[in-house]
Amino acid sequence: MDQRSTFASTVSELLDAHPELAIVLADISVELFADDALRHPDRVINVGIREQLQVGVAGGLALTGRRPVIHTYAPFLVERAYEQIKLDLDHQQVGAILVGIGGSYDTAPQGRTHFSPADVALFDTLGEWTVRTPGHPAEVKRAIQEAVRADGRIYVRLEKRSNADPHEDYDVIRTGGSATVFAVGTSLDTVTEATRDLDVTLIYLNAPRPLDQVRLRSLTKTPEVVVVEPYLKGTSSAVFTEALRDAPRRFTFLGVGGRDLHLFGTPEDHDRAHGLDVAGTRRSIEAVLPAR
Amino acid sequence: MTSLDSLVDRIIGDDKHTPSSSSTLDVLRVLYERVLRIDPGRPDDPGRDRFLLSKGHGPAAYYAVLAAHGFIPEEWLDDVASATSRLGHHPDRIASGIEIASGSLGHGLGLGVGMALGLRGRSGSEPIVYVLLGDAELDEGSNHEAIAYAGATGLDRLVAVVIDNQSATHGWPGGIAARFAVNGWSTATVDGRDHEQLERALTRRESGRPHAVVAVVESKWSA
Repeated sequence: MDQRSTFASTVSELLDAHPELAIVLADISVELFADDALRHPDRVINVGIREQLQVGVAGGLALTGRRPVIHTYAPFLVERAYEQIKLDLDHQQVGAILVGIGGSYDTAPQGRTHFSPADVALFDTLGEWTVRTPGHPAEVKRAIQEAVRADGRIYVRLEKRSNADPHEDYDVIRTGGSATVFAVGTSLDTVTEATRDLDVTLIYLNAPRPLDQVRLRSLTKTPEVVVVEPYLKGTSSAVFTEALRDAPRRFTFLGVGGRDLHLFGTPEDHDRAHGLDVAGTRRSIEAVLPAR
Repeated sequence: MTSLDSLVDRIIGDDKHTPSSSSTLDVLRVLYERVLRIDPGRPDDPGRDRFLLSKGHGPAAYYAVLAAHGFIPEEWLDDVASATSRLGHHPDRIASGIEIASGSLGHGLGLGVGMALGLRGRSGSEPIVYVLLGDAELDEGSNHEAIAYAGATGLDRLVAVVIDNQSATHGWPGGIAARFAVNGWSTATVDGRDHEQLERALTRRESGRPHAVVAVVESKWSA
């Protein structure tokens, strides 16, 4: 099962056990919730292709005590309905779980209209959002279960691609002395391969907001810090530099460039274009290591 | 009860206010005096009707009605929008009796649809969700997402009240009620200053259809 179907099956299970849980759809993934809609017609809601209404409805549901899950492609969820997120959720002081699919460019053949590399950066412009970036379907299941039990505002960022194995937030994949490399979510397998024989510590993150500053500090033992994110380059620069002010550091942030490349192709083509494939990632990391 | 006009004066100053200057005042009076099942002693009662001031603009009449009905102290009307006030030039939920924070146009109806959905199938009395909008506010496309969906799904616990002071820049050819009726809403267009007409229109809902009341008041441009 991929991340999206794992998300759907997890919500299906939880709908039975949590009478306050509701899911609000906008025609995307409706087929995955067809059985649930029959079992829980009041709590499986499809508003049609109306993302502003989708988020507004979630705000209204939350104001009556429901725990809404909102799901569609990330650009329509986060960018088109940004003001609804800001006002109908944040400003009303209610909780919700937003689950975006499509990552930065999973939908590569569809082009820019379906890309959302700035999603996490946009949540950083708002207050008190938790962001989960699962790198594996098993991590999706756990993220959704925890989000439903919580009561805050949570964004779960799903992608088509996954790492080969599930990991925990802050898992130390390997240790070394020349740099500390953080790989977020689905970037892990690429970064692992890119650093295979490099003298670096590699740490995995899948819950980047709020960033656990204390843990980050305790695990970062080198001046050289590299952060690889599968979304907009530099998204985490402010939180990392703030968290690691305890010592002089040099930071390198790798991620998706901000320019519209007008490129179709495959997600792997986009990886290459943004320097996020194995070769590009290795080049960027080697550049900041001492010459061998 | 202290006269509402004097409460409104307390907020905006009697030099700027005439009794007819607030387009929403009569609708708000009728709602709070005759229609809404709400109790200032139990503002969080889950079974209460919900009133959402979607347009959020010019909330003096709203605050005056809330004070007159005991949801907020009258003293709060004296320093509206100060740094220590819970009442701003747009409402916020930080004051008792205010269901949503509003001010950006086009958010109340979507929230109201969600509330009506969230209150569906609960035990106890079935609350009704009233959303007050302005005719110019209907310019915002988000309203039309909500109108289409609520009509298609027959959300009959939802009542939209549109204050029509003919302030929409490009108007609504065919009338505002037609925008709702085409999506299956029941509608009534009434004199927004006539309390009997307003009460009848606000309480005349039909099973299986959301309801829209267009309350026509003096044109914004006629003063």
